[in-house]
Amino acid sequence: MGCLLFTMLVGLFILYSASGHNFERVSSQLINIAVALVVMWLVANIQPQQLEGIAVPAYIFGVILLIGVFLFGDVSHGAKRWLNLGITKIQPSEIMRIAVPMMLAWFFAKRESSPRITDFSVAALLLIIPVGLVAKQPDLGTALLISASGFFVIFLAGLSWRFLIGGAVITGALMPVFWSMMHDYQRKRIEIMLDPSQDPLGAGYHTIQATIALGSGGMTGKGWLNGTQAQLDFLPERTTDFIFAVFGEEFGMAGNLILLVLFSLIIARGLVIAVQAKSTFSRLLAGSITLTFFTYAFVNMGMVSGILPVVGVPLPLISYGGTSMVTLLLGFGILMSIQTHKKLVASG
Amino acid sequence: MKSSRELKNYQNEQHNFKLRLGVLGLSVLIAFSLLTIRFYYLQIKRYDYYQTLAENNRISIVPITPNRGLISDRNGVVLAHNFFVYTLEITPSKIENLDATIAEIAKLVEVSPTDLKRFNKQMVESHNFESIPLRTHLNETEAAKFAVNRYRFPGAELKSRLFRHYPLGKLGSHMVGYIGRINDNDIENLDNADVLSNYKGSDHIGKSGIEQSYEEQLHGTTGFQQVEIDADGRAVRVLSSQAPTSGNNLILSVDSKLQEIAETAFGEHRGALVAIKPSTGEVLAFVSMPTFDPNLFVDGIDFDSWNSLNNSLDKPLINRPLRGIYPPGSTFKPFSALAGLEAGIRKPPFSIYDNGYFTLPNSTHHYRDWKPGGHGNVDMRRAITISCDTFFYGLAMELGIERLTNFVRHFGFGQKSGVDIAGEIPGLLPTPEWKMRRYKQPWYIGETVIAGIGQGYTLVTPMQLAQATAILANNGVAMRPRLVTAITDAKTGATSLTKEIVNEKIPLDEKNLEIVRLGMIDVTLPGGTAASVGANAGYNIAAKTGTAQVVGLKQNEKYNADLIDERHRDHALFIAYAPAEEPKIALAVIVENGGHGGSAAGPIARKVMDYYLLRKLPEIEVPKGPEKVTKPNANTPIAPAKPIKIAPEEEHYD
Repeated sequence: MGCLLFTMLVGLFILYSASGHNFERVSSQLINIAVALVVMWLVANIQPQQLEGIAVPAYIFGVILLIGVFLFGDVSHGAKRWLNLGITKIQPSEIMRIAVPMMLAWFFAKRESSPRITDFSVAALLLIIPVGLVAKQPDLGTALLISASGFFVIFLAGLSWRFLIGGAVITGALMPVFWSMMHDYQRKRIEIMLDPSQDPLGAGYHTIQATIALGSGGMTGKGWLNGTQAQLDFLPERTTDFIFAVFGEEFGMAGNLILLVLFSLIIARGLVIAVQAKSTFSRLLAGSITLTFFTYAFVNMGMVSGILPVVGVPLPLISYGGTSMVTLLLGFGILMSIQTHKKLVASG
Repeated sequence: MKSSRELKNYQNEQHNFKLRLGVLGLSVLIAFSLLTIRFYYLQIKRYDYYQTLAENNRISIVPITPNRGLISDRNGVVLAHNFFVYTLEITPSKIENLDATIAEIAKLVEVSPTDLKRFNKQMVESHNFESIPLRTHLNETEAAKFAVNRYRFPGAELKSRLFRHYPLGKLGSHMVGYIGRINDNDIENLDNADVLSNYKGSDHIGKSGIEQSYEEQLHGTTGFQQVEIDADGRAVRVLSSQAPTSGNNLILSVDSKLQEIAETAFGEHRGALVAIKPSTGEVLAFVSMPTFDPNLFVDGIDFDSWNSLNNSLDKPLINRPLRGIYPPGSTFKPFSALAGLEAGIRKPPFSIYDNGYFTLPNSTHHYRDWKPGGHGNVDMRRAITISCDTFFYGLAMELGIERLTNFVRHFGFGQKSGVDIAGEIPGLLPTPEWKMRRYKQPWYIGETVIAGIGQGYTLVTPMQLAQATAILANNGVAMRPRLVTAITDAKTGATSLTKEIVNEKIPLDEKNLEIVRLGMIDVTLPGGTAASVGANAGYNIAAKTGTAQVVGLKQNEKYNADLIDERHRDHALFIAYAPAEEPKIALAVIVENGGHGGSAAGPIARKVMDYYLLRKLPEIEVPKGPEKVTKPNANTPIAPAKPIKIAPEEEHYD
């Protein structure tokens, strides 16, 4: 908990710097955090059994909303992600980040004996439906995170190693086939993803500028509010997806390592909660939430430092944005609930 | 109540879970170690390199805009090209007091209020650090004057930019189209098409005509330079660069001389002409009158010019060949005729005796012929020649609307021709199902009767009518019409021809085609409705005249051009192909409110054919405009020059 708050505090400071000393941004993020904390506290007081009860309705509700987006969604920047409910706009794909692991955890918890191949097939189907809908929007970043969260549940539920390795080998073998089936522009897109210098005016621009920002940060960084790349207009999306570049430039390698340690502590705590959890549902859910958090952090830092392709994934607890903050802390709320209610479950 | 087997399973499961969690925990460690290595590489090992890039100089990616491809006609006459002009540009973020600076600059070179307005508009739309043109088209003196004083204005620069220019001005402007500034809508389209990054340095994009439809070919690939810039934003050193690739050059099938002759022949009249080479589908002339000067649009059209173009009653901005819809009138008869012949119901020696009107069985309503008293004995060939309405009323009725429309649809009526400029509309070929959908009313047999002579609901675009004529001339082989015949690749210099596409081969009886052809040839011979058009031509012309009413007449009213406002007069139509025996050109002409097809539209067609077939230039004459009829009061709105649908069952006049 302390780690969480400290990380968010760091996030606020770096947001102030990244937004060009914009208090409005920071205070609006403060509101986001406040709302998210309330949500976390509420969820932490719900018993895991009750969570288990709402897993199915939440999943079905989420899928219906996603279909709604597919049919009536608002288009912005060429993608349909938002559903306009009149009063407010929501992004149903965010709901699925929690609903999917809950659903899968519920599904495996129901199977008392060791899950069989058919169970895994059903689970895969439950995962593919929302991922497909989100990928179609198109929102590859979120689709990736949802599939990661689902995969973690399936993996932790005991998907056989043979199947895992076999799947990996088959996918690898089929790659050239897919490649030959793709359109030229699709191939080009993937090539640019792998080598951003091919398109320095488009996607590659972000990576080039972010690498310079990070690299020039050095050991100890340029100091808060002193990042030249960040303060001038060179860095794109610097309050959201690329905020880590600002952080790395201003606080240097030392800052990065501290951030990594903070993240590691949070992840370690989450894993411990998962191990100690007494019901299958809690265990699977806790593991998945923790590891999805890790995926967020790794994919974001990896893309900013140029070892992973650019996909729209924010840096957890730090990037500006209300919805993702709420979803994240909702996840942590569930972890807390699992932690505080473990004895109850054990005795009950 | 757990059995021991399940309990064991449960422990087993928990053990398994711990193991798997351990594996994932290890992956977390590995992943974070990878990141740490990467941070070490970037921030410690390569620190000096990035430090230099970021601290002393800043890196900037400068797009290099490619040259837009040229457009030229079939003989190499340039229709659209680029030339360099001096522009005076300002980067607002580098100037402290913008207004004062602009005022100072205005003392050196003239800055008009229009320039200022445009500058302010672009400043709102652009990013902070981009440079924005304040004045364009500086002449040599102005450029020199500013260059000397350049040191006084940090943040202001003299640049030379490429501007699009249409050297022939108004000629063929609907076909060539124009480019204009990229707006938000364009950006969204480019983004959706995944090509936005290729437009980083571009200000302009094709907005209409060839410029729009061949944007992908013409634009080229944007190059870029990775440069170090100093604190003033000036490039110090180029780190890497990739040259842009110019857009491809387009060669059109149009002959600009022919185009000019056609446009001149219209004089002050409004209307459209499309000429096609039947054997290939090449468009030889594409006329929409009146035209406008596309150069006005390149740098953002000024308010007054836009208003006068947009509000003009003559509607110069409408692309009439593709978007003007007109009732085909009697130019539809050759196609009805062929429908009747192919169905086997009007084969020679079939003939009728025309006493001036047609009646349906059990009805007293007279469908009148244009000639009071009638034409007497009429067979198919003569029916075409003299444009006998009575003959075609009966033909249509016996054929029925389904058979008629199903047949003529093969000639492209009621559908887009597929010509390679965007914006075409499909016209209308009515069917009973269409009428039920549109008006919730059943189809009346009387509507079939008048459909036979091209009246009623049927609407065509000039492009369609020309295409139908070309298909007829080409013995039923429908070539897809196209304007671009060759594309020169800017990179390799290789010229590749665009594909000739056969849309359809309509199986037609050669004998039936011959009857229609002979009837159409007779049209331009003495005794035909356009005898004067064929006089002394030196080659045979197969043609058909047509007239389309703009205002419906009452059953017993007589049409009198002199008593009708000029804009309510009939549209004149004319289709033709020549030489009739071996057609090299097929065309359709529509003169809005021109009166009779033979006298108003025919001479225009003749001039075009004379030049194309014989290279004969028209005699110089004073263009004859429509006689000015008593102009109504300026406040009374005049009916726009758009075609008005003919009320069914009305008399028409040919």
